[in-house]
Amino acid sequence: MAKIIGAVEINQERCKGCNLCVVACPTDVLGLQPKEVNNRGYHFAYTAQPDKCIGCASCALVCPDACIEVYRVIEK
Amino acid sequence: MKEEIKLMKGNEAIAHAAIRYGVDGYFGYPITPQSEVLETLEELMPWETTGMVVLQAESEVAAINMVYGGASTGKAVMTSSSSPGVSLMQEGMSYIAAGELPALVVNVMRGGPGLGTIQPSQSDYFQATKGGGHGDYHFIVLAPSTVQEMADFVGLGFDLAFKYRTPAMILADGIVGQMMEKVVLPEPRPRRTDREIAEQCPWAVTGRPATRKPNVLTTLELDSAKMELNNIRYQQTYRTIEENEVRYQEYYTDDADYIFVAFGSIARICLKAIEDARAAGMKVGLIRPITLWPFPTKAIADYSQRVKGMMVVELNAGQMVEDVRLAVNGNIPVYHYGRMGGIVPNPQEALDALLKHFPDAAQ
Amino acid sequence: MKPEDIKRSENKVYSKPELLNDTPMHYCPGCSHGVVHKLVSEVLKEMGMEHKSIGVAPVGCAVFAYSYIDIDWIEAAHGRAPAVATGAKRLNPDRLVFTYQGDGDLAAIGTAETIHAANRAENIAIIFINNAIYGMTGGQMAPTTLEGQKTATTPYGRRVDLNGYPLKISNLLAQLDGTCYVTRQAVHTPAAVRKAKSAIRQAFENSMAGRGTSVVEIVSTCNSGWKMSPAKANEWMVENMFPQYPLGDIKNIIKE
Repeated sequence: MAKIIGAVEINQERCKGCNLCVVACPTDVLGLQPKEVNNRGYHFAYTAQPDKCIGCASCALVCPDACIEVYRVIEK
Repeated sequence: MKEEIKLMKGNEAIAHAAIRYGVDGYFGYPITPQSEVLETLEELMPWETTGMVVLQAESEVAAINMVYGGASTGKAVMTSSSSPGVSLMQEGMSYIAAGELPALVVNVMRGGPGLGTIQPSQSDYFQATKGGGHGDYHFIVLAPSTVQEMADFVGLGFDLAFKYRTPAMILADGIVGQMMEKVVLPEPRPRRTDREIAEQCPWAVTGRPATRKPNVLTTLELDSAKMELNNIRYQQTYRTIEENEVRYQEYYTDDADYIFVAFGSIARICLKAIEDARAAGMKVGLIRPITLWPFPTKAIADYSQRVKGMMVVELNAGQMVEDVRLAVNGNIPVYHYGRMGGIVPNPQEALDALLKHFPDAAQ
Repeated sequence: MKPEDIKRSENKVYSKPELLNDTPMHYCPGCSHGVVHKLVSEVLKEMGMEHKSIGVAPVGCAVFAYSYIDIDWIEAAHGRAPAVATGAKRLNPDRLVFTYQGDGDLAAIGTAETIHAANRAENIAIIFINNAIYGMTGGQMAPTTLEGQKTATTPYGRRVDLNGYPLKISNLLAQLDGTCYVTRQAVHTPAAVRKAKSAIRQAFENSMAGRGTSVVEIVSTCNSGWKMSPAKANEWMVENMFPQYPLGDIKNIIKE
């Protein structure tokens, strides 16, 4: 059976750590860095569980700062 | 159509001249005593011939912002109004000046303050020449005294506005707006093409072609250091205009002991007073500033070395007289005679005012 | 499959819109403005109008919209964007001219310009961000502030006996013969974002087809002004804003 797998690339310096992508992700891929901050002092988003990504782009659609690139492949 | 001689009101002449000059757009709102500008344009339907856009806006506030929007795209755009309406436009005029936009505003002045009267006045001199809205800025201010000049200053105003990227104003009074005179209308010229606009106005907001970066017409600059530089640039433009564009006319000044200083229709009344005075052997002359900003400061300063006194006659409580006194700088006495509220002095009043302060003029 | 094998250009399904430049946006974290900026950028590009568009930016938080979307812009005075757009569009009818305005700009100080531009059926599109507060000046009451909502100038909540009622200006605009499309959207979920995008596309197409004025209201959050986290603000919006400003088309002459 074909399986959809995805991956996201987060522009960590553009990210403001608003958390909306984390909330929007249906498979709990994303999280906010609990300690690390970017150059502007934000706890940026990162892929906490990258294996779960289905490339649905929900995170990217709601991201106000256009920080997220989404990739998707269908693995047969 | 070519050059034509017509009999018409000053306000009508503005409308005809605008079409013939190739103006792209007019946005206005009715107010006495200048409504004939919009009425004439609507009657002439220039959108059928030259493609000029004419629109009655919902307010003067909207009209001036339509001018701002149209001028931002590099088009030749104008509006007209009268004193209370021009007060409403001050916000937009400040933006147009700050945006370094060529545009033309016509103010056919009526008596104020407040709703005032629909009769003629010159009491918006300060507002017109000192800025009017917020911030340090100027419009180039042209003061017509004939219907011919109402027509001619449309073209002159736009020429100067585009030359310096600074808005211009025709500051007329209700007399020049309403009176009928013979006028030679200029030969029509075509409106500029989009290509010409792109070439002549590289700053214009036209929809960014692939060949250039976005053009942004903004007057906002939160970095104070940059905002001061913007101001310095505006001021440099104003200094250049002051050096090159002062216009005034002299009448009977060669041998004059005393001179009137008056603009617009009042200059004509003073001229009649001078002709009467000359007939009685008095050596009296007139300086008529045509550009109220830039003001003919140097010319008046020079005259203050040659004449014994100056009499400023205006339809206000004393506005241009301040600029005359600044130019004269105490060299000679300068007096003011003004009527307000729509009352227009006759030539005898003007002459009496001069003789009251300068009795030896009669000798 | 390893992540680096997935992250190949041929597998890319979403990226930052081309017209949105790299300048970091000044908006607060989680602000709806950013999402709407992305949608405007995407639609302009997809329509092939990036070289024929003139945006009119407002006074308000979106005052710097011109810094982020790489098209030609005019920055209008507060509330005057529809008049500025009227001037630009009338003199350049082949250009796509749109305004981008907040609730204070569009529904308070610019009410006259908004209503009359719409009533003249100006062929412009109006993107209207309604977050029920003045964000830029620090969270004061907007015409669209809800009854009881606390703001800097209604610290005990908006009282209709003092401040009047939340203004449903889109419903008002839909009454005008000059509007062809008035819709209320949001960008709080992926599905809502997709719908908002097609609404913006519809509005832009209407303006180029000469159908009259289109208004796309985006019911938005201002988490800073509302003093909530972005996620919490979305929940508050669904609970409190949507009953007052229900989503969906208010008027669409194409479908009627």
